[in-house]
Amino acid sequence: MAQLTQASVVEQRFASTRSSGTSRFVFVMLAPSVVIIAFVVVFPLIYSFYLSFTSYTLLKPVPAWNNFANYQRLLQDPIFGQAFINTLLFMFVTVNAAFLMGLFLSQAVARTIRGQSLLRTLLMVPMMFAPVMVGFQFRWFFNDQVGLVNNVLTSLGLLNGSIPWLVDRWLAMFSIGAATVWMNTPVVAIILLAGTLSISPELYEAADVDGANSWQKFRAITYPLLGPFITIALTILSLDVARGYDIVSIMTGGGPAHRTELLWTYVPRVAIQESKFGLGAAMSFVTVIVTVAFTLYLFRQLLKSRIL
Amino acid sequence: MRYSSRRRLSSALLDLLVWVVLIAMLVPALWLVFTSVRNPVEVNAKPPVWVPRQLTLDGFKPLFGQSTEATGAIPFDRYFFNSTLVALFSTVIAVALGTMAGYVFARYRFRSKNALFLGIMLSRAVPGIALSLPLFLLFARISQAGPLKLIDTQLGLIIVYTAVNVPFTIWLMDGFFREIPTELSEAAQLDGCTEWQTFVRVNLPLALPGLAASAIFAFLAAWNEFQIAGVLTRTVNSKTAPVGLFDFTGQFTIDWRGMAAMATVMMIPAIAFVFMVQRNLVRGLTFGAVK
Repeated sequence: MAQLTQASVVEQRFASTRSSGTSRFVFVMLAPSVVIIAFVVVFPLIYSFYLSFTSYTLLKPVPAWNNFANYQRLLQDPIFGQAFINTLLFMFVTVNAAFLMGLFLSQAVARTIRGQSLLRTLLMVPMMFAPVMVGFQFRWFFNDQVGLVNNVLTSLGLLNGSIPWLVDRWLAMFSIGAATVWMNTPVVAIILLAGTLSISPELYEAADVDGANSWQKFRAITYPLLGPFITIALTILSLDVARGYDIVSIMTGGGPAHRTELLWTYVPRVAIQESKFGLGAAMSFVTVIVTVAFTLYLFRQLLKSRIL
Repeated sequence: MRYSSRRRLSSALLDLLVWVVLIAMLVPALWLVFTSVRNPVEVNAKPPVWVPRQLTLDGFKPLFGQSTEATGAIPFDRYFFNSTLVALFSTVIAVALGTMAGYVFARYRFRSKNALFLGIMLSRAVPGIALSLPLFLLFARISQAGPLKLIDTQLGLIIVYTAVNVPFTIWLMDGFFREIPTELSEAAQLDGCTEWQTFVRVNLPLALPGLAASAIFAFLAAWNEFQIAGVLTRTVNSKTAPVGLFDFTGQFTIDWRGMAAMATVMMIPAIAFVFMVQRNLVRGLTFGAVK
């Protein structure tokens, strides 16, 4: 805390030495980023917000204002409700699972001395996969006829017949979840590994003297000191999982029969395949609110540790 | 004595477990590479053939202008060129813009700074699904109206990927610049450096690891992006490699081997790029976290 106050005093002193030329410098440095984000993100969002109050379709591309009709239809649509619940469930489970996997791997790698750099490199491999390819690869793994999972289970004698991984609702959710967790674990592991390695070894030596076991050391030293790293990891993780459209759309496409429908698969189905842009825009707006709220919650934690 | 030998045993078991988990995590990657060099009969063999018994590079033929029984020739050179161009340009621009903004967020006080920072970060949380459609409509209108063509061009993708990658770069660089002592900047300004010179000559060289970490994330995101590219690209003029993977899918069949071959080649630049800058990745990612 003392360090924090000191830093802000320095910053303040530094700030007070500036003239009016400073505000021009700030403007010039910020403007390009703000302009490009406004052009690619903010402006299209405003446009789609407007479209969400119209009956815009591909066949009739003239936006006609229809008040809240799209939002009313969305509330009455049982598939949308199901997709909404599926999405929340999917994000909650995959974020937690990838976090726990990453935490385990980071702790395990941190305590190996030999071959640590090799382990760290191997850990990063899933990061280099295109999400589309992860989708194709896991779709094949979980294919009930030729897929590796059923194939291995059969050769081990554990399975007679085949498990319909991508057909049954819960099995299919599990399969797309597994692919998502696989792709997102490395980033968590690498951040938490860096955090663990930054903890002073003297703390552990002191704990050894007191006769603490590994679990006690983890609970009392590692976990509390990892706090800021955990927040960073969770924030990055939730951003990435919320953008996990590629995997789901390729593995199941929300099907069969809407069983694995997530907001990310349902919105394009409505907007493009059924060409109801207005309704799709309304749905995508609900999606934006959900994801932004999810991220905002984590980000507030992160901002607390930032000196502003 | 007995206590310590038990501890050594349990630690050896844990090491073993780590390797098992890591190798399990590597299976999808290894399987992909193996599939690309397999004989077609092995691809869907029952029971599974783990290590290919007979190596063949036939799976790579469609990428180099020859056709196989499964797939015709694919304009892979175009896809690869588009991907490289789009990823490199958008990475360079996003890192440059994000570094400038991150520096200002770290060092200056100005009105509604917190709100602006939060707003920029939240713009990254907007899912592609909410963006791709209105972006398409918007870009189509701009392309119709004037000389600026944004649909089915590399320029359109470069603009989009730059905007998508700027927020994360700002976040990383903000944390990074906060770690550099302000005394250095003060001294530079006393010596008569302008604000720009203070930024470029004093702070920027010290923030290079942060630039590297930002560049990794921006490059991988642009190199692997599919959702928006799938909407904005139409032909070989601008199609990137992830969109090109769909050339291996037919209505009912997928040429797994050809697809694996293309994905293997696609991973090479990503791996090369990550290896070039990975030394700085961990430091860059977590620099701002510990105070």
